[in-house]
Amino acid sequence: MTTHATLAPSAPASATGLPSGARRTAARKAALHWIAVHALGIAAALFFVLPFVFVFLTAVMSDNQALTRDLWPRTWEWGNFGTVWDTPGFLTWWRNTLLYAGLGTVLTVVSSTPVAYALAKFRFRGRNLSMMLVISTMMLPPQVVIVPMYLFWAKQLHLSGTLWPLIIPMAFGDAFTIFLLRQFLLTIPKEYTDAAKVDGCGELRTMLRVVLPMAKPAIAAVALFQFFYCWNDYFGPQIYASENPAAWTLSYGLESFKGAHHTNWNLTMAATVLVMAPVIVVFFFAQKAFIEGVTLTGVKG
Amino acid sequence: MSTVHPMLRAKRRREALRTLAFLSPWLIGFSVFFAYPLVSTVYFSFMKYDGFTAPTWNGLKNWSYVFSDYPFFWPALRNTLWLVVVMVSLRVVFGLGIGLLITKIKTGAGLFRTAFYLPYLAPPVAATMAFAFLLNPGTGPVNHLLGSVGLPTPGWFNDPSWSKPALTLLALWGIGDLMVIFMAALLDVPKEQYEAAELDGAGPWSRFRYVTLPNISPIVMFSVVTGVIQTMQYYTQPLVAGKVASGIIGGSGQQFEPGYPEKSTLTLPQLVYNLGFQRFDTGSACVIALVLFALSMAFTALLMRRRSGFLTAED
Repeated sequence: MTTHATLAPSAPASATGLPSGARRTAARKAALHWIAVHALGIAAALFFVLPFVFVFLTAVMSDNQALTRDLWPRTWEWGNFGTVWDTPGFLTWWRNTLLYAGLGTVLTVVSSTPVAYALAKFRFRGRNLSMMLVISTMMLPPQVVIVPMYLFWAKQLHLSGTLWPLIIPMAFGDAFTIFLLRQFLLTIPKEYTDAAKVDGCGELRTMLRVVLPMAKPAIAAVALFQFFYCWNDYFGPQIYASENPAAWTLSYGLESFKGAHHTNWNLTMAATVLVMAPVIVVFFFAQKAFIEGVTLTGVKG
Repeated sequence: MSTVHPMLRAKRRREALRTLAFLSPWLIGFSVFFAYPLVSTVYFSFMKYDGFTAPTWNGLKNWSYVFSDYPFFWPALRNTLWLVVVMVSLRVVFGLGIGLLITKIKTGAGLFRTAFYLPYLAPPVAATMAFAFLLNPGTGPVNHLLGSVGLPTPGWFNDPSWSKPALTLLALWGIGDLMVIFMAALLDVPKEQYEAAELDGAGPWSRFRYVTLPNISPIVMFSVVTGVIQTMQYYTQPLVAGKVASGIIGGSGQQFEPGYPEKSTLTLPQLVYNLGFQRFDTGSACVIALVLFALSMAFTALLMRRRSGFLTAED
């Protein structure tokens, strides 16, 4: 198998009529190159994968063994996952996380799309300024405005101890989503929107019927990003929900879980696995959209 | 000059209203959830306010407190500087390396790519807890492995001189986003340039130096500046690492002196939380928030300069 793969690149060399000695050297060089690259790849893969493996192995160890330096479980305690699942609060955190991430994602995409569309397709005075403001807010740490925001939600609307202060703002556009969608919409040729307008479509219809169907991959990408932003968010729930455990999310609850069970590393790691699992499952189903989204972040359209 | 046809004027007004309608979610969001609180942050930075009794004028006292008496500010700024220099540069170099590697892998490329990308998706709290366990000086598997081959076994998150390297390791583990960005940029380098370089007898290093690097430099610049901005926001990982390593019992009402061990994992965002939400010193928390604002804006301005290659999709 190895030789097949390595000899393949040398085929063009024979076509150019190189002497057989040179061809052999080239083949050997290609083989060495293949081995070096894949050895390096495996070493790197170990660095990225081993942490998951160790976390998983510890998650299925017994309480006592988790306190030792053993790497391989002596008995496989699958019940640890059940214990975590039945921990008071865990299901509530799960539900809250789904609510925050689900509702947050829908609201963000729906409210950001028209903004991105206007910034990509309309020409108006202040368009560049708007774009600069979008990027600036995207780059700012959430801590910059958190103190007055907390006072606003807690003192004026009495909504602290709930996730609403995190969800409601998402109905008013998200800078990162707007930016990413706008970059994608710029790549859709003007001819399509012009043709729609010749056919008598207004801007709203053009956006909904012509442009958005073409932007499905970008919308999938921003939806995934937003979903995981909410899923992973620690700071927001800490600010608004920390006083009320019934409003905690998985990310926030997970950290206190360690406290609830002191140094029960096996249960802590079992909980960690359960929090990571949905992310990994979704990634396998939506790989392409993820990769496209990340590429879009860094590379011009 | 001012003789615009009435029909044209009506059309322009219609267009302006339409633009406004499309932008309205963001215009409202920006004003209510950003512009107004930002102004309030400036206001509160000059007020004495504990969140309960009415705010009173405090002049520059919050500012002088933060800069000269608050013992956490300078360590946090120094840590940020450390992380900016070491973590950001290592992430860019390592991300580029992994990006280059993945473009060279011919067999099982999809499998490798998935393996390299997955850690980026791990929730930060979960990833940090996993690393706190893996790097636990006593029972963690990493020191177990290091010890068994006779290498030194550092204290990682429990040793002030190793806590930031441990955070850096965690950040390198989550390199997936940079890998994909660099991979896309590397695949975009015109093949002819490599062929031409090869004809001129350029070795692998010269090809990288004179063909690859100039072609991807906008993306390198982009990742450096966004890396710096991300570091300004670095919050969850250092906080959770400090909490878990110190063995503190988490949850509500728990006071945690941030930066364990010995302020080595302090970052500026943690100070906003510490001052504003644990010590109820709203004014000083707002001073830190404004410092964060100024620093991030400076780097954002750098990012928006055309030379950085960002925003090049202008029409």
